[in-house]
This record gives sequence, structure tokens and C-alpha cells, in this order.
Amino acid sequence: MVSAVFHSPGDSVAPATAPVTVSRPVTEAVEKPEVKVKPPREPIDWRGLALKVLPPLISMALLIGIWAIATQKGGSFPTPGQTWDAAVQLFSDPFYRKGPNDQGIGWNILNSLSRVGMGFGLAALVGIPLGFIIGRFEFANRMVSPLIALLKPVSPLAWLPIGLLAFKSANPAAIWTIFICSIWPMVVNTAVGVQRVPQDYLNVARVLKLSEWKVITRILLPAVLPYVLTGVRLSVGTAWLVIVAAEMLTGGVGIGFWVWDEWNNLNVAHIIIAIFVIGIVGLLLEWLLMSLAKHFTFED
Amino acid sequence: MKPFIQVQAAEMVFSTRKGRFHALQDVNLDVQRGEFITLIGHSGCGKSTLLNLIAGLLQPTSGALICDGREIAAPGPERAVVFQNHSLLPWLSCLENVLLAVESVFGGKEASAKLKMRARAALELVGMSHALHKRPHEISGGMKQRVGIARALAMEPKVLLMDEPFGALDALTRAKLQDELLKIVARTQSTVIMVTHDVDEAVLLSDRIVMMTNGPAATIGEILDVNIPRPRVRVELAEDARYVAARKEVIDFLYTRHAHVEAAA
Repeated sequence: MVSAVFHSPGDSVAPATAPVTVSRPVTEAVEKPEVKVKPPREPIDWRGLALKVLPPLISMALLIGIWAIATQKGGSFPTPGQTWDAAVQLFSDPFYRKGPNDQGIGWNILNSLSRVGMGFGLAALVGIPLGFIIGRFEFANRMVSPLIALLKPVSPLAWLPIGLLAFKSANPAAIWTIFICSIWPMVVNTAVGVQRVPQDYLNVARVLKLSEWKVITRILLPAVLPYVLTGVRLSVGTAWLVIVAAEMLTGGVGIGFWVWDEWNNLNVAHIIIAIFVIGIVGLLLEWLLMSLAKHFTFED
Repeated sequence: MKPFIQVQAAEMVFSTRKGRFHALQDVNLDVQRGEFITLIGHSGCGKSTLLNLIAGLLQPTSGALICDGREIAAPGPERAVVFQNHSLLPWLSCLENVLLAVESVFGGKEASAKLKMRARAALELVGMSHALHKRPHEISGGMKQRVGIARALAMEPKVLLMDEPFGALDALTRAKLQDELLKIVARTQSTVIMVTHDVDEAVLLSDRIVMMTNGPAATIGEILDVNIPRPRVRVELAEDARYVAARKEVIDFLYTRHAHVEAAA
């Protein structure tokens, strides 16, 4: 996940639509508007489809198969079948409430997501403008960079006691932890994006004598947006990783504490279900932001 | 008549990581209103630097640049630039790209319908009316450069500065755009300063060709008057004695008297 920090905006889209200038000089010289001819409908590529669908199916089958064989003899680890049954039962009523510490899986997920949303939203509010300032002003960059370099490698959980101390309560402390872990990728990516706005565009702005407001809205924001979205995507990924650990420590309703609670109850099937649920929610978050980012990337 | 643009003893020294680089030395040039000037020279001779000085994108280390009686202190829309790689904003449509320029020049004085009309008119002038709402990545390289020219013309600049505007285009497209530029300039009576490394382009378009010596510390070597009457027609010129002579003069300067030594660069 970390390897994707510096996505250049054109990366994903370059080869497909590169203009073919030289290979058709005749139409080029006349420069008529291009007439789009619809290609004949291609037959369904069954082989390609099978190659796409089969491998993941096989790997899932292998995982479950090995799991089934390993748990055949019984013991404390549930079989795939038992886990499935437990999951069906669990998801048959995801939104029940029986007291503060016994609520449905749906409430647990929603609570965790809302903490992530709060911490993450606050981080975006602070981090993105801060990134803009750092990227635009060299002085601010030199001021803040050493601090970021020092604090970025610190596990966000190390900030949890500070949060507890400051807020005297578990829930804001968890949100605080999410805030800390989400802010770095957003600051760094936004700053890098601002620094990488092509000089040509800024020269255009100078020649056109654009006002500072127009430079920001018409040039900087659109140019930096793909970088910001990369930062946002990384932040959400980390935030979702961290919330589980943070909730284990703080307690309350949430998927992390739920895992810990089920461990205390020795309900291993529920822990396995939780692992799948956390994975699927993380995937969905990533996919959501990816499709958002795709919408805002532009081609040169 | 007082020259429209004056470059007086301009020096340009860049301080790079490798030390100081003396790019331009004692450059003097007068450009009259309505003149078409090309700057030609080998790569690295500082012709783009000179253009950027006139644009105001760079400030000279010493010397003075004057446009229409005022010192050039910063870039401005009265000296519109057509950039080498078109530099259209990829997130705006062709019309929006031109409109951005129009708004910054006429935005305070005119209603938005009038501004749109100006942008449309500029795009029509370069033959791009069919692609008003296309994004730059949807049109060919030649079309992008047309939009770049439209953006510059739409500002009604006092002088049009072009930095190798057709350098990245194939030969056929380039010829087509040169012909159209000739027509546009004839109609608008613009003052144009263009950087090029193409001898035929220089002779075809220019009133005067400014030939630059090799860098470092490049300067203007010679200035050639191209006394070919306008309108100029490409096909007829090929056999015109004045054209052939001018062409030979430039080639002689570039390849005999100031041949480029790669090793020294």
C-alpha cells in the first residue's frame, strides 16, 4: 500500500489514448473532426474470462480446504462449516442492542466507521490546507518538514495515552489516534502534489496575470487533486488498520473491541468472522476512493 | 519611428548548481510594430531565454527591455506567449482554456456573453470551432497548438511571443499551421517574435531573421532582412531566387560560420 504514495496523475491512463499524430499524417494535415466508427461487437472471450475468475476461486477453495483439513480432528479452532453457521446467525440480526457492551455486528462496524470518519475528516480539514501551505511556501516546508519526518514513523497507538490524558475519555482518544495516523499521508501527498504542478501551468498563470484566487481554483486545485486523493486513500487504509488496535485498547462498541471481547469469551469463530469483515470493509473503502480518484484524474 | 520593443545590452547569467552560466551577452534588438521576427540558432544558444526575457518570465541580470515605452518588469497579457508544448490546462475544455485568458484581460469590463463570444471567435480564427467542448487530450497535437495560438490571440496582445510553437509537430501539420499563421498575422497585423530552429520556417514567415551565435555567452550574430513581398505562397517560393538566397544565407551562418560543436556544449 505504501508503495503507491507518489502516483503521478497520468500513470494509469497514458497508453490507451496517446494521440497518434505521426502515423496518420493525411487526416492530420486536413484536421477534420474525428469521426468515430463503432467497432464490431467482439465475441465474449471465454478463455480470458476463465483466466480472470478461476485463479481467485482456486485460491479461496485452497484456503478453505486447508482450513477444513487442519480442523478435522476438532479442538478449539472452528471448522469452516461451524464458522459459516456462526456467521449466518450473527448476520441474521446485525442491529440488536442488549446493553452497552453487547450489540450487533452492524453497530460494531458502524461505530468503528464513524470513529474513522471523524478522525479522518478532521485530519483532512487540517492536513490538506497544511499540505498546500508547505508545498507553496519553501519557508513553511523547511519549518514543518523535520517535525513530520520525526513524527511520521511513530506508531499512532503511541499517541493514544496522550489522547486519553487530554480528553479524559476513550472515544475522543480513539478518534485522536485516527487523526494522527491519517494526517501524515494527506499532508505529504498534498505538499508533493503542489510542488509538482508543472512550471508550464504556472507560467501560463503568470502570462495571463491570473488572480491568486484563480490560480488556486483553476490551476492548483485541479492539478493537485489526484495527489490529494492518493493521500486520502492511504489515510483511510491506515486509519482502518489502526482503529482495530485502538479499540482493543479503549473498549466500547466497535469492531476492534468486539474482537477482543470475543477472545475473552473464547469465541474463535467470531474472531475469524471479524477478520473477514474487517478485510471486506477495508476493501470497500479502498475501492470507493479508487473510483472517486479515477473520476478526478485527467489526461495530458 | 520609435521601435516597439527594445532590448538594450541585455545580459543573462543563470546561477545553477554547477556554477554560473552566462547565457546571453550584450543582446541589442529593436522590433518595429507589426514586424514578424524569428530568432534562430543552434540549441542552447539562448534564443528561448531571450524570448522569456521579452515575455517577462525571466529578469535580465543587467540591461533593459522596453515594450511600447514601458520597461518589462513582469509577464502580462499584452505580451501573449504560445508555449512550445501548448500548455493547455488538461482539466478545461478548449473553450474554457481560451475563456480563462479572455476573462483575465477583459473580465472586468465586459459581460460574460461578450467574453464567450471573444473566445469562440478566437477559436474560429484558428479553425477549431468544431472542438469547443473537447478536452486537450481528445484532440491531436496540431489542434492543441491551434488552441494555444487562439488563447494567445484572444487576449488581443500587443505582441505575440512564440517559443518553437510547431517544433513538436509533424512536417505536414507544421506546414499547414505555418500557412494559417501567415494568414492570421496578415489579418490581425500582429507583432510576432518567434523562436525556431527551422530555416524554412524562418524564411517563410519572417520580415527579419535574428541569427544567434552559439552559447555560452551567446549574442546576436547577424540580422537578415527577408525582402519577399507578402502574401507569400509556399509553393511559389520554392523557386523564388530571393527565397533561395535568404535560405542560403541562414544556412551559411548556422553551418559554416557558427557550426555547432556538440562537445563544447
